[in-house]
Amino acid sequence: MSDTIILEVARFNPEDGGEPSYQSYEVPLRPDWMVLDGLNHIKDQLDGSLAFRWSCRMGICGSCGMMVNGRPTLTCETLLMNYAPGPVRVAPLDHFPVVKDLVVDLDDFLAKLQKVRPWVVRKDDFKPAREFIQSPAQLEAFHQFSLCINCTLCYAACPVSGLDPNFIGPAAIALAHRYNLDSRDQGIEDRLDILSQHEGIWDCTVVGECSVVCPKHVDPSLAIQQFKLTATKEWFKSFLLPRGKH
Amino acid sequence: MSAGKRSNEPIVWFLFGTGGFFAAFFLPVHVLFYGLLFPTGLVHAPSYQETLALVRHPLARIYLFALLTFCFFHAAHRMRLTLSDVLNLRHLNTVLAFLCYGGALVGTAFTVWLLMTV
Repeated sequence: MSDTIILEVARFNPEDGGEPSYQSYEVPLRPDWMVLDGLNHIKDQLDGSLAFRWSCRMGICGSCGMMVNGRPTLTCETLLMNYAPGPVRVAPLDHFPVVKDLVVDLDDFLAKLQKVRPWVVRKDDFKPAREFIQSPAQLEAFHQFSLCINCTLCYAACPVSGLDPNFIGPAAIALAHRYNLDSRDQGIEDRLDILSQHEGIWDCTVVGECSVVCPKHVDPSLAIQQFKLTATKEWFKSFLLPRGKH
Repeated sequence: MSAGKRSNEPIVWFLFGTGGFFAAFFLPVHVLFYGLLFPTGLVHAPSYQETLALVRHPLARIYLFALLTFCFFHAAHRMRLTLSDVLNLRHLNTVLAFLCYGGALVGTAFTVWLLMTV
């Protein structure tokens, strides 16, 4: 087997006014190298002008998500060897505006995330004298959804995110659900206002790719379907008891 | 979208979900018996008179009404989403909803007529 592999990397610099294109680089193919190591080799040895995000190199920070051969992937935990003999095509995440090369603009995602209030919301004047005790079952209810690292691979995988830029999206809904299911939280009504809109959960057509690509094995699709049931119950309640408190 | 309106999608999603339950668990039984086992003679087929007597039983009518109508709405919802997303017809959403759910309503009316007159 060859000891090098070709990386075809998407290049785009809006300041040049140029069109997006692909540039090929030959990088060493080592058994322990991830795709991100290949990109860092390019940056350090071949072409310092290449822009991409990365930080932890261990699948925790969620910065290095890119399209690798058309699939949303965390490049720090995907072996280059998987793509031998190559070439490997690396592109910025689908459905996001590109800032430069492999760097996408996350402002829209972060604004959506903030809208669903992904933190413990209390309506009362709760000042616990000691730690808030949760049973293992109460933790289990939301635990998997708390593992999201905001890598946004699910947005790149979701065809609805591509069709409707206003769709609040898989990760934001999964994190909203994480707090809705938390026994300490009282913010479900606020989140219902956002999530029950068409651009909330109802835009989702259960394609399920979000759950397939998630590197942390979160199941956003499950969160959305579970919350559809909650929202439907609330809808029928407000329909049958229009003057009740909802 | 913070001050937006809550969607009325729950009503069609409820019909879609219930229809999915019927389509997954009950419809295949009918297809198996009436589409495969009876015509091939693997299972003795009931006579026309026996089937008619069964369909005329009130419980059978209620069951058939639920089975057919919910399946119609399941199909309508799936058809609407498939057309709007796969063919990229989101701008025609109102027309598609009218045609798909309208079709399901026509199917429902036909089912009621059939079950009342049979």
